[in-house]
Amino acid sequence: MSSSTTHTSTIGAIGAPSRRNTELALLAFAVVIPLFAYMNVGLAISGELPPGMLGYGLGLGLLAGVAHLVVRKFAPYADPLLLPLATLLNGLGLVVIWRLDQSERLQGLAKASFGAFSPSAPKQLLYTAVGIALFVAVMLLLKDHRVLQRYTYISMVGAIGLLLLPLVPGLGKNIYGAKIWIQVGSFSIQPAEFAKIVIAVFFAGYLMVKRDALALASRRFMGLYLPRGRDLGPIVAVWAMSILILVFETDLGTSLLFFGMFVVMLYVATERTSWIVFGLLMSAVGAVSVASFEPHVKVRVDAWLDPFNKTVIAETGTDQIAQSLMAFGSGGTLGTGLGQGNSDLIGFAANSDFILATYGEELGLAGIMALLLIYGLIVERGVRTALAARDPFGKLLAVGLSGAFAIQVFVVAGGVMGLIPLTGMTMPFVAYGGSSVIANWALIGVLLRISDTARRPAPSPAPNPDAEMTQVVRP
Amino acid sequence: MSELTLTVMRLGFLAVLWLFVIVAVQVIRSDLFGTRVTQRGSRREGGRQQAARQQQQAAPPPQRQQSGGRQRRGAPTKLVVSEGILAGTTVALQGQTISLGRAHDSTIVLDDDYASSRHARIYPDRDGQWIVEDLGSTNGTYLDRTRLTTPTPVPLGAPIRIGKTVIELRK
Repeated sequence: MSSSTTHTSTIGAIGAPSRRNTELALLAFAVVIPLFAYMNVGLAISGELPPGMLGYGLGLGLLAGVAHLVVRKFAPYADPLLLPLATLLNGLGLVVIWRLDQSERLQGLAKASFGAFSPSAPKQLLYTAVGIALFVAVMLLLKDHRVLQRYTYISMVGAIGLLLLPLVPGLGKNIYGAKIWIQVGSFSIQPAEFAKIVIAVFFAGYLMVKRDALALASRRFMGLYLPRGRDLGPIVAVWAMSILILVFETDLGTSLLFFGMFVVMLYVATERTSWIVFGLLMSAVGAVSVASFEPHVKVRVDAWLDPFNKTVIAETGTDQIAQSLMAFGSGGTLGTGLGQGNSDLIGFAANSDFILATYGEELGLAGIMALLLIYGLIVERGVRTALAARDPFGKLLAVGLSGAFAIQVFVVAGGVMGLIPLTGMTMPFVAYGGSSVIANWALIGVLLRISDTARRPAPSPAPNPDAEMTQVVRP
Repeated sequence: MSELTLTVMRLGFLAVLWLFVIVAVQVIRSDLFGTRVTQRGSRREGGRQQAARQQQQAAPPPQRQQSGGRQRRGAPTKLVVSEGILAGTTVALQGQTISLGRAHDSTIVLDDDYASSRHARIYPDRDGQWIVEDLGSTNGTYLDRTRLTTPTPVPLGAPIRIGKTVIELRK
């Protein structure tokens, strides 16, 4: 017995409450905030309440309500925060996309380059509905996340397949130098967003089986555990894969996301700092070599190093980064107020890749901090889910998904703010883009499923008929 | 729209946004500190008390123990993993059977090289006494230092060893 000898108190878990009512209250709050923002934008731009306010409010409220009822019915012990946080981000995204739709400058630009302007906010509301539908489907079909463990290697093949789709001639579409879209009918889909979730399943299943070999079989050298050559295989394979994505699809963001996610999961699975050192070294080598050979990436790096240089702007063909930095600067601490900024000067992609600049200008540092904190809270809930999960696969999957979410936020926010070179990724939930919204709702669905399993009190007493009757006789 | 109204709305919106963040953090707080601390008189460690009580069962019942429930006071309320990869995991004991093993539908999934897929189970008998039973595992289940051959009652705090994992029942 090694327990403390004179403890005067015991610490026990409170019988896990389901906390669905907390979720409902927060969800109502999360629908009201975008409505307030909507009103704010309308009053600032035209001086009257915007006409579509009721429609968007009802739409968002209805979608949130459906999601809540499904969670209440099928995942009663799931985390109470993830759904409201995601709903708030999605709602704020809708408002700011609608606000940018009102900009005459952007309308003119769209007419000049595509011949017609069509507002993005209704489409984004449609994508949100599809996203919630996928969320509901995940809740209904995935009764237990451990089922995914059976599909470890199928997931690997699926993820690579999804990544290769944009390279298929006739299906893939090259938009502005990046081949990351496929065209299905009149929709363009970004398969990498979905591959993100599928590959997390593969990494979790693979690392769960192999982590002992990766953690224990190593030599100690200068304070670092050097892994054996054959154990380095998988990390090198993933690295090569992400470099290949980078070279053939010129998609800096996705390759960073995949490699980063793998290193995070490897570290969590093995508790070896050396993997992080290796990961950073390999990504540095990969980034430097690709940046010096691939012209598309090289331009991005130049624009990052010297965004205000005239020759660089001429070379890139756009002053987006400079405009984005100016937007952040003119926002100051408290912002110019919703609907009163000039972030539409960014022009193309103002409502997708660069949407964060609009927040930065119109809500200021205070607003951007709140927004990033909300992202941080989502990641925190994901990691908390991983801590609470009782099975290693669930732990790794939750860490992988929330790690991917965090890396994506970092890569986009860092790119827009000039911390790292800009990559063609979208801010989860707030940016305009169907694939991103839909895939991230599915991601939240999987996290909620894992957290429901993790927080659910132990199952009801199992029938145990032979407890007394059977005598086990052994030779 | 007057400048003043817009300024008030702008600051009001930031305030509401931050209020949401603060409310969300308050919800997390209950999760971080989500344990109940019960104060009680100082007592010696569980194992010895358990042994002492079993002797007292034969002797006239002492005052501080209700005569009705034989196992009431000594009944463990949770199962704690004290060593191994899952160290720190607890499972509340509510009369259900707890299965241990590498199989991923076990109550506690042991990712341990020395564990079998269905290694052992822990269940209450009719009197509420918790029993551990080895389910024919390859490397065996140890209670204290003895390898289990038949279902055996688990005293409070006794280490059940499966591979590198050690499990205890605690109050």
